[in-house]
Amino acid sequence: MPPAADFRAQLEALRPYLLRYASLQLRDAAAAEDAVQEALLAALAGQAGFAGRANLRTWVTGILKHKIVDVIRRQAREPALPEEAEDGMDDFDGLFRRNGHWAERPAPWADPDGALEQSQFFRALELCLERLPARTAQVFMMREHLGQETAEICKELGVTPTHCWVMLYRARMTLRECLQQTWFDR
Amino acid sequence: MMGIISCKESTRLVSQGLDRELAFGERVALRVHLVICLGCRRAGRQLQFLRRAVRELAEIDLNTNA
Repeated sequence: MPPAADFRAQLEALRPYLLRYASLQLRDAAAAEDAVQEALLAALAGQAGFAGRANLRTWVTGILKHKIVDVIRRQAREPALPEEAEDGMDDFDGLFRRNGHWAERPAPWADPDGALEQSQFFRALELCLERLPARTAQVFMMREHLGQETAEICKELGVTPTHCWVMLYRARMTLRECLQQTWFDR
Repeated sequence: MMGIISCKESTRLVSQGLDRELAFGERVALRVHLVICLGCRRAGRQLQFLRRAVRELAEIDLNTNA
């Protein structure tokens, strides 16, 4: 194969991985497809920028992250995602007693490091992520998956830092509870 | 600035500590609470583990188990 066709084939082979990555983030198959398509085109056009780098997937994923942020920014302008209740943490009523103490003390997690070695654990984590409300999940994924600073995320989505922190707190507590039930309590 | 805090408040501070630098008073209140509260120590560790897990989710090739 000539080098250009070879590069194209290598990129194409990454498409399924990139789609999963973008879908986790965007929760919208069409938007994910678009972001991946844009990233692949940008990668093709920028082949020279890749020259000499060790890992093609890491490089393309980096491009994809920017495309995902672009999509999120566009979505933030159109009120496509339903706005979730902004009332504090009342959804944790079952978790805490009225005085703010645990209703039931969290149990320890056995061998969390071992969990990170198992693909089923990541499957469980993905399922828990999918259960989060869309906007909460988006903020959480921008923070933890894309590694953005909270200030940036608030700006992209046009929400206050306080609201961002509340959503992140809610996401983490909900995921903790979900992993407890679906993985660590098994 | 903060005195005795509840478990709900403590987990909120642990979470915010992952997103911003806590104020001195918040750090002290949290530390004091964690010393006496086993449930919050566990939950705190679990929230930090969650961060690692989601970062690794970004690294692993999800296709291998799709």
